[in-house]
Amino acid sequence: MSLIEVAGIIHRYNERAVLQNINLSVGKGEVFALIGPTGAGKTTLLRIIDLLEVPGAGEIYFDGKCIPRSGKQRLEIRRRMSFIHQKPQVFNLSVYDNVACGLRWRGEQKNRIAKEVDHILEMVGLEGYKNRNARTLSGGEAQRVALARSLVLEPEVLLLDEPTANLDPVSTEKIEQLISYVARQRNTTMIMATHDMSQGQQLADRIGVLLDGRLVQTGNATDIFRSPQNEEVANFVGMENIIEGVIIASNDGIATVNIGGNAIQVVSSYPVGKEVYTCIRPEDVTLALSSTQSSARNSFQSKVTRVTSLGPLSKVEINCGFRLIALVTKISAEDLNLQVGTDVYATFKATGVHIIEREAS
Amino acid sequence: MEIWDGLTKAIQLLISLDPEVMQIAGRSLSIAGTSCLLASLICIPLGSLIHFHQFRGKRALISTIQTLFAMPTVLVGLFVLVLLSRAGPLGFFGILFKPPAMVIGQILLISPLLLGFIISALSGVSKEIVDTATSLGASGFQTVWLVLREARYAVLAAVTMGFARAISEVGCALMVGGNIKGATRVITTAIALEASKGDIALAIALGIILLFLALIINIVLNRLQQR
Repeated sequence: MSLIEVAGIIHRYNERAVLQNINLSVGKGEVFALIGPTGAGKTTLLRIIDLLEVPGAGEIYFDGKCIPRSGKQRLEIRRRMSFIHQKPQVFNLSVYDNVACGLRWRGEQKNRIAKEVDHILEMVGLEGYKNRNARTLSGGEAQRVALARSLVLEPEVLLLDEPTANLDPVSTEKIEQLISYVARQRNTTMIMATHDMSQGQQLADRIGVLLDGRLVQTGNATDIFRSPQNEEVANFVGMENIIEGVIIASNDGIATVNIGGNAIQVVSSYPVGKEVYTCIRPEDVTLALSSTQSSARNSFQSKVTRVTSLGPLSKVEINCGFRLIALVTKISAEDLNLQVGTDVYATFKATGVHIIEREAS
Repeated sequence: MEIWDGLTKAIQLLISLDPEVMQIAGRSLSIAGTSCLLASLICIPLGSLIHFHQFRGKRALISTIQTLFAMPTVLVGLFVLVLLSRAGPLGFFGILFKPPAMVIGQILLISPLLLGFIISALSGVSKEIVDTATSLGASGFQTVWLVLREARYAVLAAVTMGFARAISEVGCALMVGGNIKGATRVITTAIALEASKGDIALAIALGIILLFLALIINIVLNRLQQR
């Protein structure tokens, strides 16, 4: 049974279409991540779900009931949800008053409020900050106040808009821990917008990719990251190798793709003659100095054209008749002594290749 | 020389707690204070109403309010005089040349100022704060109250300004109060009278007392702000 259903939402700001026919259903207790680049419409969709904005067209269903476009019922439904905005907006009041306000607005008893607020402040690790003015806190602390302020309401639905954007890694980890704790302990339904794919992967049960106002693909993390539906999604989820090719042979679910004269074995059931994109995640490409025996079907002799250090990893661009990007650990890059011009063997499995149909344009 | 005389006289009057001067100062304070309080009670809700509602002509209304900042005090005085005079539409109240008439005049005088600055104080609170309150489940009224609290320093500044304009104006107080000794004489009208009588030192002394009062009020309000 879905708790929140979004049906045919279309929304415009001025003349620009921000959301184009969004259909989405999120179940009770489910953690759903909306991923997409900045400006894709994630915030707008969350605002519409939180009933802060009325969509140009389409309906929102909460617990099976269609929400009217105006009126008192919207406040009642909104009080069953809570929205953590991207930039934490703390009120110019004490931390205690910030966290207590939602309960006060719901007319709760004073001593119950005091008990709940103390409890939640302890949970987010701000118990010593009760009387501090919330405006004097750091970004990470302010975000924790914002989180506490929402969690104290024990919402049925928690909406999070980039909850860790602009936070340092330590604060980010704290917030992520809190989110997953609440998801597990309270079975709270969550819809979370993020442009950080690993965060979506780590916290969510299901992921939706929002690109340019369209919900292009929904599925679990493996679906999205290994089998993107089209080139756009592939690009966004970090498929750095997206190479045009044509299927030249197909047999028993194993196809051969011709990429500029090189034959690649892939797992695919597309027919011969199909124009496709061959997608290979850079971390699935292994590099070795000599041709090794392995079960991987694809191995190419190639030359390193560029090495870029990405902290603990190194991004290695090679030429094996076509351009390929491999991601290896910095240590193995050093062990192999990878430099521009080094001869290496690039190897990847047929199952590590994802094929996307190229649309005739 | 007269400035020096004025200064010493002011100190003398203050130290000796001269009964007449104290009475005049007290009247100034209570009339301006009442005006300011009543105007705030009207203008804070009204300003919130204007700020939080979108309607046709909102910009024009705000421009008009801002234009009225410059309203001459004598013009307000004239208007209230016509309104409250025996033959006027509200003449039956019989309050002309009594403190209530002065309060009405001052409310009219400072309301545009209060309204304008309250609206701008509320505009200073970001849209995100309003959204945050709404999504935390605040009703319309609760949101307004929160935003007023967020803007409390600016709102208090608006009220302070209104009070300052009320206690320092002379035109309206003179026209609708009449500067009647022991009844409607306030510091500003007393200064005008003493100056025209030639008692420059007393006039200056009263002026200094007025500023001294303003200083005390400001210190009190500043204390309130720092809380």
